[in-house]
Amino acid sequence: MTDVSTRPGTERGLAVELSDLTRVYGAVKALDGLTLHLAPGELVALLGPSGCGKTTALRILAGLDQPTSGSVSVGGKDLTRVPANKRDMGMVFQAYSLFPHMTVIDNVAFGLKLRGKDGSSRRARAGDMLDLVGLGQHADRYAHQLSGGQQQRVALARALAIEPSVLLLDEPLSALDAKVRVQLRDEIRRVQLEVGTTTLFVTHDQEEALAVADRVGVMNAGRLEQLAPPAELYSAPATKFVGEFVGLSNRLPATVQGGTASVLGRDVPALDGSTSGYALVRPEAISVVADADGGATVTAVMFLGPLSRVTCQLVDGTDVVAQLASSDALRLQPGDAVRLEVEPSPVLVVAG
Amino acid sequence: MRLTPGFRAFRAIGLLVFAAYFFVPLLAMFDFSTQRRGSAEGRTWDNWAFMVTDEDLRSSIVASLLLAVLTVVLMVVLLVPTMVWVRLRVPRARPLIEFLCLLPLTIPALVIVVGITNVYSWVTYLLGDSALVLTFAYVVLVLPYSYRAIDASLAAIDAATLSEAARSLGASWFTVIVRIIMPNITGGILGAAFISVALVLGEYVFASLLHFDTLPVAMAALYKSNGPAAMAAALASMILVAVLLVGLTFLSRDRHKQGASS
Repeated sequence: MTDVSTRPGTERGLAVELSDLTRVYGAVKALDGLTLHLAPGELVALLGPSGCGKTTALRILAGLDQPTSGSVSVGGKDLTRVPANKRDMGMVFQAYSLFPHMTVIDNVAFGLKLRGKDGSSRRARAGDMLDLVGLGQHADRYAHQLSGGQQQRVALARALAIEPSVLLLDEPLSALDAKVRVQLRDEIRRVQLEVGTTTLFVTHDQEEALAVADRVGVMNAGRLEQLAPPAELYSAPATKFVGEFVGLSNRLPATVQGGTASVLGRDVPALDGSTSGYALVRPEAISVVADADGGATVTAVMFLGPLSRVTCQLVDGTDVVAQLASSDALRLQPGDAVRLEVEPSPVLVVAG
Repeated sequence: MRLTPGFRAFRAIGLLVFAAYFFVPLLAMFDFSTQRRGSAEGRTWDNWAFMVTDEDLRSSIVASLLLAVLTVVLMVVLLVPTMVWVRLRVPRARPLIEFLCLLPLTIPALVIVVGITNVYSWVTYLLGDSALVLTFAYVVLVLPYSYRAIDASLAAIDAATLSEAARSLGASWFTVIVRIIMPNITGGILGAAFISVALVLGEYVFASLLHFDTLPVAMAALYKSNGPAAMAAALASMILVAVLLVGLTFLSRDRHKQGASS
């Protein structure tokens, strides 16, 4: 985990506390007791499938929705009943949200104007923000004259121009094509580190979340399943949902005894979970060795560039996916008899 | 696509026929409005000047123009915030608001007048018997058309996201409506305004049955005594409405060029 307290620029960020938030819409519980703490200057990504409550949590923090119960505080100040326009938060939306009747610079300066800043300081600050996102030369254009990626960068500049206490990003990359998405994702992280604003980033794209966040919170059915640094989330999932939702996992029969799980005939450390059922094993934790008596057969080899995915079938019919270096994987052919070995990294065993 | 000479000729003839259909009656009106009274020959602008020189006609024109302005102002003040608020905050109420706004379209003007006659005796008792009190009835009259024009404009923008973006930047609801939503639905508001002006300048039933002297009522009365002057007034009001509509077209086009959606 990045130590956010020692990162440059973090002194400007404020701690954010969501406590026991519940939001009920009729018969649907969108949030079910969500508690989340963001350290000053930290970037936390909320990740989860559609309808898991991540956007609801962000909207409640922004003041655009009200919790049924629970509280929101920023920098120790209770904001639960404070209206959105008094919360001092910058937000970038999934949909393009630039004001169509204003130029780029007027969009960025809008929040400053509402705060009574004079014309020259507004323009200077807005210009600085546009330079920060690399769009200084587009100041006099209108939104419809910009690409989707440029519009979202302006929206980021607009959100940061007011020096917000918290930056909220509501799936800002969803509408963009893959290449621009990666570029803007990196740019968001660079800018966030530079300004040091505490940031909540909502996304359904796990690659995005794992790439930019200090910590990732995985949500399911209105609850936070796990909040951990990306590497920990990936290597040591706390629940079956996290293990299956984040990254690819094989479900292999396993038994646990004394903290050790027996998987494919090999003993590996077991994370806290069930004592019997299925071990969730990452494809990269499985190696494939040619062996006529190995008990498995290669059924498919998928080339993915430097890595390849090899699908094998055990004698009991279980399919197992292994991820290997392409140089190793391309020696294998469908029909080859092989032996599968599990690396001794910790695995989570879940009930069947 | 290359046009054949035959098609071009057909198109030109079609255009001429339609132009004649629209402009011949107007030219006839103009011809009639510039004729001297009786058997005298030659042309005169007296009938056009009558609009200014005749006290009754002039005051009815002023009343109608003021009514148009007041109706537009009240309509915009009532309708725009209500529609924006309903769209953003209580979307479930939209069908009800739409139904209420379109209701005047389905009820004959005569029925509405009979219904509001008693109300108007109170209105005139409280506010005086100026024709301007008709503003209230006219706002109801123009609701269906104004609602449609503004609703189409609102549907063309992402009002929810724009208002949330503005709110997160610190804007009050008043600022959101006046500085973010309204500039982006100017086309719809202008359309609603000009349709309202056209309706108010041509409205006869309400004014006549409620005994107010507006331009159409005065024209109808004048037609019995001075046909050419009534024709000049009618043509003048048509030209005014046409100029407003042409203005609307150009304003909308300029806003598109500028980059604002409408």
